[in-house]
Amino acid sequence: MKPVGFTHSFPDTGTDAAAALKAADTKIISGGQSLGPMLNLRLARPASLVDIGAIAAFKDIRIEKDTLIIGAAVTHARIEDGDSPVPLPAMMRSVAHNIAYRAVRNRGTIGGSLAHADPAADWVTTMTAIGAELTLVNAAGERRQMAMGSFMHGAYRTALNADEIIESVSVPVGRGDAHWGYYKVCRKVGEFADAIGAAVFDPTRRYARIVVGATGGAPLILDELAVETARSAMLPKDGRIEEILARELPDADRVKRHLLATATRRALEKVLAK
Amino acid sequence: MTSGIGERVLRKEDARHLRGTAQFVGDIKIAGCWEAAFVRSPLAHARIRGIEKPDGLESRVFVAADMPDVLPIRAESSLPSYKQSDYPALAKDKVRYVGECIAICIAPTRAEAEDIAESVRVDLEPLPPVASIDTALEKNPPLLHEEWGDNLFLTTEFNSDLSEAKKNAAVVIEREYNTARQCMNPMEGKGVLAHWDTKYDQLVVYTSTQVPHLIRTGISQSLQLDQADVRVVAPDVGGGFGYKCVLQPEELSVAWTARHCNRPIRWTEDRREHLTAGANTREHRYKLKAYADKNGRLLGVDADIWVDIGAYSVWPFTACLEAAQAGGNLPGPYDLGAYSCRTYSVATNKPAFTPYRGVARPGVCFAMELTIDAIARAVGKDPLEIRRLNLVQAEAMPYTNITGKFYDTGDYPSAAVQAADMIGFDTFRKRKEEAARDGRFIGLGLSSFTEQSAHGTKVFAAWGLPLVPGYEQAMVKLTPSGSIEVKSGNHSFGQGLETTLAQVACDWLKVDIDRVKIVMGDTGLTPYSTGAYASRGMVMAGGAVSKASEELVRRLRIHGAHLLQCDPEKTEIKDGRVVHGQASVSFAEIADAWYLHPDRLPDTVNTAGLEVTEGYKPDIDTGVFTYATHAAIVEVDPDTGRVEILDYVIFEDCGRRVNPMILDGQSYGGAAQGIGTALFEETLYDSGGQPLTSTLADYVLPGPSELPSFRLGHSESPSPYTRHGIKGVGEGAAIAPSGAIVNAINDALAPLGAELTQIPATPHRVLEAIFEAKEQNRAGASA
Repeated sequence: MKPVGFTHSFPDTGTDAAAALKAADTKIISGGQSLGPMLNLRLARPASLVDIGAIAAFKDIRIEKDTLIIGAAVTHARIEDGDSPVPLPAMMRSVAHNIAYRAVRNRGTIGGSLAHADPAADWVTTMTAIGAELTLVNAAGERRQMAMGSFMHGAYRTALNADEIIESVSVPVGRGDAHWGYYKVCRKVGEFADAIGAAVFDPTRRYARIVVGATGGAPLILDELAVETARSAMLPKDGRIEEILARELPDADRVKRHLLATATRRALEKVLAK
Repeated sequence: MTSGIGERVLRKEDARHLRGTAQFVGDIKIAGCWEAAFVRSPLAHARIRGIEKPDGLESRVFVAADMPDVLPIRAESSLPSYKQSDYPALAKDKVRYVGECIAICIAPTRAEAEDIAESVRVDLEPLPPVASIDTALEKNPPLLHEEWGDNLFLTTEFNSDLSEAKKNAAVVIEREYNTARQCMNPMEGKGVLAHWDTKYDQLVVYTSTQVPHLIRTGISQSLQLDQADVRVVAPDVGGGFGYKCVLQPEELSVAWTARHCNRPIRWTEDRREHLTAGANTREHRYKLKAYADKNGRLLGVDADIWVDIGAYSVWPFTACLEAAQAGGNLPGPYDLGAYSCRTYSVATNKPAFTPYRGVARPGVCFAMELTIDAIARAVGKDPLEIRRLNLVQAEAMPYTNITGKFYDTGDYPSAAVQAADMIGFDTFRKRKEEAARDGRFIGLGLSSFTEQSAHGTKVFAAWGLPLVPGYEQAMVKLTPSGSIEVKSGNHSFGQGLETTLAQVACDWLKVDIDRVKIVMGDTGLTPYSTGAYASRGMVMAGGAVSKASEELVRRLRIHGAHLLQCDPEKTEIKDGRVVHGQASVSFAEIADAWYLHPDRLPDTVNTAGLEVTEGYKPDIDTGVFTYATHAAIVEVDPDTGRVEILDYVIFEDCGRRVNPMILDGQSYGGAAQGIGTALFEETLYDSGGQPLTSTLADYVLPGPSELPSFRLGHSESPSPYTRHGIKGVGEGAAIAPSGAIVNAINDALAPLGAELTQIPATPHRVLEAIFEAKEQNRAGASA
């Protein structure tokens, strides 16, 4: 199938891109790896596409004080390759390496993935686990910071206002030293996940987070389990993860809950093995 | 250097494929060509109340009412009880599946054509859908074809006396097996480009097909044109698998529109069209009872088989072929004393069933191989022993089985033993125990089958098909420059036939393969052939090329002998020359004499010249049987349900191998598709008949990471009934994987008491089977 006709513009700044969203039926396109198929299937029918691929600042990776800042239009491939003037957290490089296929990673971007907010995508869960913050910019050039844990409201729903886009993603530099585990269950290499478990523990900075992804909604942060695990430095008892998931996800069927629990346990096994 | 039969010659066709210079329908450039898009039904079952063309675009949209001269596709069958369905090029009164064509829209580009298609308003009155076999067979079900009174294309019955088997059975295995509906997913979908050639006053149709001569017949019948007024060309074709062996409704609409508008028109199928309107194969259900004695010797099988045919009967293979093949092939390679089977070809609101690589046998092999393993477990013996006991023995060959299949040659038990040896069957129990100590679940599965190939006239006539293959023809010619030209109406779309046919010619003519040009698939250029299906290409077209080459050799020796002034009987063919003792004359010199200097030849010369067309069929019409055993070792992750194939072995015998390298490729490709069937591929529908798997994100195909490194072994039992002892092999490797893999999964899960009987064996199904086994164990423990 071919998309319906649309105009395609390339603004120079994030503010201009956000301002362009004021026109009716306008969508941002970054790598186009999710939007492209939707356009071709005519499920997305924008009148115009605003391409943020030409905004130089959006492709920047830098460190300011203790914060690693990654531009929204940085591709998965650059993160995978460590193609950056500053070091990237090993967890992010490893996750990037296992997103879809290299052809997708060459074009797909971290900001695009977060803004699209597919529950089964890797970055929404990973960046929640790693405690990332997003910088959002609007048409007036105003910026605001938002924790990744608050950004995604549900499947394909985010906190972005109608005239707002993601400018960059920030991670505390020290998070790169944290212990981490990530486990993705999917039917074949390169497919979207059926379940994701992500765990990040940084005892020196007293950071502990366990996140369950591909739940069908926003990633689920299991603070209670993170505290228990950080205190005991042991794997949760058999049935503990299942018990929490049964409470948190009462509508999930038994297979889905089992997969989520398995992914979570295996992510924790990786952390505790380190 | 010659490149005859048996050589691992590199493929002639690969240079253009690797360089991207092949010519598929999408690559053809014809001035003034417009593109087409179809309006397709959004509902599974509905009455068409009206179709409204967009204002001002009436001349760009055509519906059934615009084409009263186009007859529907009508696949008649002489089988008793068969019910006829008219399959329209464009739906007229009713739509019967999601994706059925309603209107064709044309524009300079595909995107514009799709814009027009979107603006066509179709007023549909929904009817209750028949989305499953169960719904189709309910009391007073909704009817697809009201005049039938039910939803059955055909029922068949095969009966032999099971009373002895029942009486003597120590073990009765009773199972229900289900196989999913699938799409064939050739890399290139359908594609057709048609235009009217004013010089020959002829409709020219380029179409991605396996059977150009059949399509010519089909188009001329539906469009009511004389066959001389239709030329069908199959250009490069990117995979067939059966998907392209039937007349397509789109071929008719595009051809009619091109003629009506006097403009070249092209349509290429996109993946979404393929995954919805092309979801047309593999969906079977079996209820099976097997009777065995205490040693595991099969005494009898009693089966009911349902096939979800979809809405229409395809031409020319009809709605009957699948169930006829299923009922006839269920006994497979086994020596079965008693057998009864009833088959039901069920009409549902889904795309029309089309034969896919293996035709029915992937289903019957799955059902039979799981049953054999169930017998082995029930009598406490290993599955290899049970197979050795029950397979048709070598000394029984040739062997006519209970359904009348004539097994020509082979040693079936030996193939099973060799596959088992290659995969380490004897040491596997120990390996499994060691893995179990580490908490890992591994299992080994075997799967044996026969592949009826190149079955001919009598078999197809017995199926009552509207079109019965007879003598396959080929033309072999010495060109004026001394090279060889081979023309076949068969077609090559990935099987390497361009190379293997050349090898057959080289075998006779002793020339380098680069001196042989193969022309195929163009009804304007090639002799008649019913085309490539049923694993017949190599046997039939190869046989025809062989016969024509043999005759050309005879004539070359006569011409050469005249030029050498010797007795033709005393000449031989060597390195592209006719040789007599120390003297010889090259083919180029012979060609020069015939074409350019006939004064060098006597008046008594054979006027038939150096261009030979011959017809061929094997000495028997019942087909020749390739056979194999596949063996798989898998690991099942009991917490994710994921199945990993650790090792995969194929031991196969397809008679004489024309090109062992190409055969290896056929095995890899077939087995990859079989693994898709076993583990991944499934078209899902909701109860309204809406397909839920309309993109490749939802319809999961195996990729390189999911496939094992196949290990192959071969024996060669040449068929005495074909030229060069060749047997067909195109379908075989797709048949066995589901049996081998699910047997391996069940072996791995045996300690948990879980057993799968449905494919694909998705993680979800594996986990559900484990959960159910756990619940039963718990219930058993508490009882």
